[in-house]
Amino acid sequence: MTDLADLSIAEAGRRLRSGEVSAADLLEAVRRRATMSEAQLHAFLTLDTEAAAEAAEAADEALARGEDHGPLHGIPVALKDNMVTRGVETTASSRILAGYRPPYDATVVERLRAAGAILVGKTNLDEFAMGSSTENSAYGPTRNPWDPERVPGGSSGGSAASVSVGSSFAALGSDTGGSIRQPAALCGIVGMKPTYGLVSRYGLIAFASSLDQIGPLTRTVEDSVTVFEAIAGHDPADATSYRGDVPDVRAALEGGVEGLRIGVVQEFSGEGYEADVEEDFRRVVGLLEGAGAEIVEISLPSVEYALSAYYLIAPAECSANLARFDGVRYGLREEGASVEQMMAATRRDGFGPEVTRRILLGTYSLSAGYYDAFYGQAQKVRTLVARDFAAAYERVDALVSPTSPTTAFPLGAKTADPLAMYLSDVCTLPSNLAGDPAISVPTALDRSGLPIGFQVLAPTLGEPVMFRVARAVEALAGFDARPGLATSEGAA
Amino acid sequence: MPVDIDIAKVARLARIGLDAEELERYGAQLGDILEHAGRVQALDTDGVPPTAHPLPMVNALRSDEVEPSLERDEVLAQAPEREGPYFRVPAFLEDEA
Repeated sequence: MTDLADLSIAEAGRRLRSGEVSAADLLEAVRRRATMSEAQLHAFLTLDTEAAAEAAEAADEALARGEDHGPLHGIPVALKDNMVTRGVETTASSRILAGYRPPYDATVVERLRAAGAILVGKTNLDEFAMGSSTENSAYGPTRNPWDPERVPGGSSGGSAASVSVGSSFAALGSDTGGSIRQPAALCGIVGMKPTYGLVSRYGLIAFASSLDQIGPLTRTVEDSVTVFEAIAGHDPADATSYRGDVPDVRAALEGGVEGLRIGVVQEFSGEGYEADVEEDFRRVVGLLEGAGAEIVEISLPSVEYALSAYYLIAPAECSANLARFDGVRYGLREEGASVEQMMAATRRDGFGPEVTRRILLGTYSLSAGYYDAFYGQAQKVRTLVARDFAAAYERVDALVSPTSPTTAFPLGAKTADPLAMYLSDVCTLPSNLAGDPAISVPTALDRSGLPIGFQVLAPTLGEPVMFRVARAVEALAGFDARPGLATSEGAA
Repeated sequence: MPVDIDIAKVARLARIGLDAEELERYGAQLGDILEHAGRVQALDTDGVPPTAHPLPMVNALRSDEVEPSLERDEVLAQAPEREGPYFRVPAFLEDEA
């Protein structure tokens, strides 16, 4: 018999409405799963048990009165700990924010509550979302439910591990260069980055403001649609929020791929790509072709420069955004005789090595005499990347690639070599530069039993076709494996 | 392209107090990353406008109306040090000399 913690949101919702289960039962199921797995995984930084129990009770009472807030009503959902929650500790996995209890809720938090979701806790991440393995957390790494000796990916590694193991039905992550899609791929779940501006970033602790976007991590594509619908839409509190209508992503979801033109990105293959990843990618492309899609080879010549541009733009914006952590208004303060000494001591002790490295990198590339050569040039390369994508979408409806060149790697394998770690995001970060939506869908396990992700990319506001292709990939690939840690045998 | 970095100056601009050993380590790492990232300089970008924002957007304005803001005490309660309705910091005027 399937444990409640393994159900999709859609199925849990059906059972909730038939009266077969209660929101309290669903919460109890994910809590049991957390109790079973947290000692090994460390997906959560904070479990908000009391408030969650009250919210579940309220959700059950509301349903009993006939008050139904929609598909997320009564569903346990986790939040990456870089989204602020009023009165609940929010650290972004940094020592500099230890003990911080924000005075407000992020817009996505308000929207999830309004949609009836039960917020179960705050998940671990690479400090300030900078990293690809969740090893850069000041509070210790998260591990992969498929193999605890391996990383879950990052930076939304806690969210991905939690949804994968079943200690939540869905989670929110943030994606600046792949931080939703890459951990989703490495943990065998669905992770989606919306078009830039479709989801409010008010209350998201900023990393790189022109790239950051919040999105859902779920176990199915349909559940991804459900969470996306709950959080997308204009927010006056976020000046970069898109003011048009959110595209209808549900109508065409089951439309299949017959007659669609799907482009295979030539640049996302070859050196550095594991054989199993490439082989499964070709298998799924073959399935799409068999289902009636026309497969077109596409070249995006400037994406060869995307990683370089990204590692100039993201640190530059990070160095500006993280200037606010100076020991004055919140978080850590170390002693210093002057304000400048206090700030320098606070920031030295408060930031971990990767964050320090990126602040220094960004400070350098924005400083007088270097701006044009580095940041200015990177912003022009960004335009070239966006133009390559736009030209591709003249010819095809959607693009596909592996989500990450490799499956989950062992803890410590890449921590000593920042550049090797950065290469983990080579297929995902071009979408952030272009501002376009993209999604990772699990399609198979490699020969070591580790999940492989398949990425679907679409043009700006192309969420309907992106979800439609992703749903077809999910149905065709037939991936339904569950990690060992999600079963009592695995945890024993 | 080898990159020349005055790492002590960069650390001071970033307000991060690092010791000599840390400066040397971060300096070397930045050199490696910038050498890779500096590849962008090889691209011909004559006449290419920089991307300031991924979507074409104009200024987001709202009407100038008073709305409720955050609770002052709740905000100040998060400060490492406060004095009444203010954030308190070490003296800084001496720095300006």
